[in-house]
Amino acid sequence: MEYNVIYKMPDALSKKPFTYCPGCHHGIVHRLVAEVIDELGIREKTIIVAPVGCSVFAYEFFNLDGTVAPHGRATAVATGMKRANPDLVVFTYQGDGDLAAIGTAETIHTANRGERVTTIFINNAIYGMTGGQMAPTTLLGMKTTTSPYGRSPEREGYPVHVCEILKELKGVAFLARTKVTTPKDVLTTKKYIKKAFLAQIKNLGYGLVEVLSTCPTNWGVPPIKAMQWLEHNMVVEYPLGVFVDKVGEDK
Amino acid sequence: MKKLMMKGVEAIGEGAIRAGCRNYFGYPITPQSELTEYMARRLPEVGGSFLQAESEIAAVNMIYGASSVGKRVMTSTSSPGFSLMQEGISYIACAQLPAVFVNVVRGGPGLGDIQPSQGDYFQATKGGGHGDYRLIVLSPSTVQEATDLTMLAFDMADRYRNPVLIFADGLLGQMMEPVSFEEKEVTYDNSAWALTGAKGRSPRQVTSFNIDPYGLEKMNMELQKKYRQIEANEIRYEEYRTEDADVLIVAHGTVGRIAKSVVKMAREEGIKAGLFRPITLYPFAYEALSNYGEKTKLVLTVEMSSGQMLEDVKLSLCNKTRIEFYGRMAGVVPTPEEVFAYLKSLIGRQ
Repeated sequence: MEYNVIYKMPDALSKKPFTYCPGCHHGIVHRLVAEVIDELGIREKTIIVAPVGCSVFAYEFFNLDGTVAPHGRATAVATGMKRANPDLVVFTYQGDGDLAAIGTAETIHTANRGERVTTIFINNAIYGMTGGQMAPTTLLGMKTTTSPYGRSPEREGYPVHVCEILKELKGVAFLARTKVTTPKDVLTTKKYIKKAFLAQIKNLGYGLVEVLSTCPTNWGVPPIKAMQWLEHNMVVEYPLGVFVDKVGEDK
Repeated sequence: MKKLMMKGVEAIGEGAIRAGCRNYFGYPITPQSELTEYMARRLPEVGGSFLQAESEIAAVNMIYGASSVGKRVMTSTSSPGFSLMQEGISYIACAQLPAVFVNVVRGGPGLGDIQPSQGDYFQATKGGGHGDYRLIVLSPSTVQEATDLTMLAFDMADRYRNPVLIFADGLLGQMMEPVSFEEKEVTYDNSAWALTGAKGRSPRQVTSFNIDPYGLEKMNMELQKKYRQIEANEIRYEEYRTEDADVLIVAHGTVGRIAKSVVKMAREEGIKAGLFRPITLYPFAYEALSNYGEKTKLVLTVEMSSGQMLEDVKLSLCNKTRIEFYGRMAGVVPTPEEVFAYLKSLIGRQ
C-alpha cells in the first residue's frame, strides 16, 4: 500500500530536538519559519542569524547555514551578509531585549535603510535566558527580577512598541504584529512570515514580524495560564495587525 | 612602476581595493574620515559595496556578516571608534573570520584629541576585547609601506582566518607621499568554510559560541595553535645600521621613521647608533631583538605613548643591557632633535 505524505517535518529544520521550555512559543515560530522557507524553495540560499537570548541556539535547529550575532547586533550582521552577497536570503531571529533594548540602533537603522533582510521578533515581555529580568517590552505593573515592585512608568518608563516606531520608516516593506495562541493565529502568523520574506525576495525592503509569545518559566505560570495572560494583557498593550504591507497578495 | 602622490589613508584604501576588497563598512571619525570617504567614492567604481554604518558597533558587526559569507572586507576608524569595535573583534577572532581593520591612532585616553599617538599599543597587541585572542598587527612607517602592508593584510587575514590590524597614526594617515602599487592578480577562495547556503552539503555554522566548556576549550586550543604558527612565520622588522651599533633605538611606525633620522644624526657625531623597527607588533620580534642584549650598551625605546611597546622590549632583552625610554603622549610628536638630545644625555655626551 502506498502512502501519501501530507504532513512532515520541514526540510528547513534540522533534526535536533528543541531545547525550549514547555509552553514556550519559540518552537511554533521556528516551525512556521521553516515551513515558509520550504514553500518558497529558498532553503539552499537562506542564512539564519541567531541572537543572544533563549534562541541563541536557533541556528542549530534549522537545516540552514547560520551564525550567532553579538547581543543586539543581528541585523548589522545580516546587513553585512546581504550587502556582500545579495543573492542570499538572510533572516534574523531576535527577542525583545536583543532587538528593542541593546540593539535599538541597529533595528532602527536596518529598517530605515530598507535592508533586504527579514526579522522574526519574539516579544515575550521579559529576558528569558538570563532568568526573568525586565525587558523594554515588559508591561506596566509586571513584576520581574529587576522590577520586583512592578514596572512603573516613573522609574522604568513605558513598554516599547516596536512596530509602532518602525512603521514610520520608509525602508520598511512589511511589518506586522501577531500571536500563536490559537490555530487561526498560527495560520495568520505563517502568512505574515511569508510576506516578510517576500519583502526581501522581491527587493521591496525590510520585513519584520513581531510575535507576542509566552515565557511560562519566567512569568511563573503554567503554559495554559501563560496563553491566557498573553491574550488578556499583552494583546491589550500591543494591538495585533499589519502595520506596513508593500508586498500585497501573492498570486 | 607608476608613482602616485597620495595621502596615507587614501593609499591604504586604494591598496585594499587592489587587494580585492569590495566591501567596506565604517563610521566617520577624525583623523581617518578621508579613508571612509575614499571608499565611498571608489568602491562603486569597481562594483563594490560601501555602507556608512550607524556606529562603529554596527560597522564591526557588518564586517562579521560580510566576512562570514566569504568576502574580503575592511573598516577603518580611530581610537575611540576602535574601542567600540572590540566586542565584535573578539567574536570575529573566535569565529576565525578574516577581516582587515585600520586604526589611525589618535591621542587618548577618553575623547582625547585628534593628533598622532601610539597609545593604543596594548589594546592592539594584547587583546583589546574579551577572551584569549590575538590580532595580527602591522605598523607601517611610510605611506608606501602602509600600502604594501594593507595589501599583505588581506592575504594574511585569509591565510590564517584571522583579523589583521593596520596600526597607523594621524601623521602617517594625513601625510602625502609618492606610492606605487604592486601589480598582482587577486585570487582568494573562502568557499571551504563560508556561509553560502547549504546547497548540496550539510549546513555550516560560523560561530564564537560553545556552551560546553570542553568544546570551547578545544576551540581556544585551535586558536592558540594558529597563533603559534603566526609567531613562527610572520614576524617582520627592519634593522638599520645595527651591525656595529652599541646604542640601539627601538621604535615603530611614525616614530620608527623619526628614529631613523636620530640614527643619522648620531652617526654624524661618531655615535654608533642603530635602529630596530618592529613591523609586526604582534607577533613581536622577541628573539631578533634579544640578540642585542649582549651587543649593545644601551637600548632606547621611543614611542608616542607612556611606554607600552617598552614592556615587550624589556621581555626581549631580559635586562641584559641598559634599557631606557623616551616618550611623548597625547598627540605630541617627538622631534628628532629632542630624541637625539635625550640620547646624548644618556651617554654623557654634550
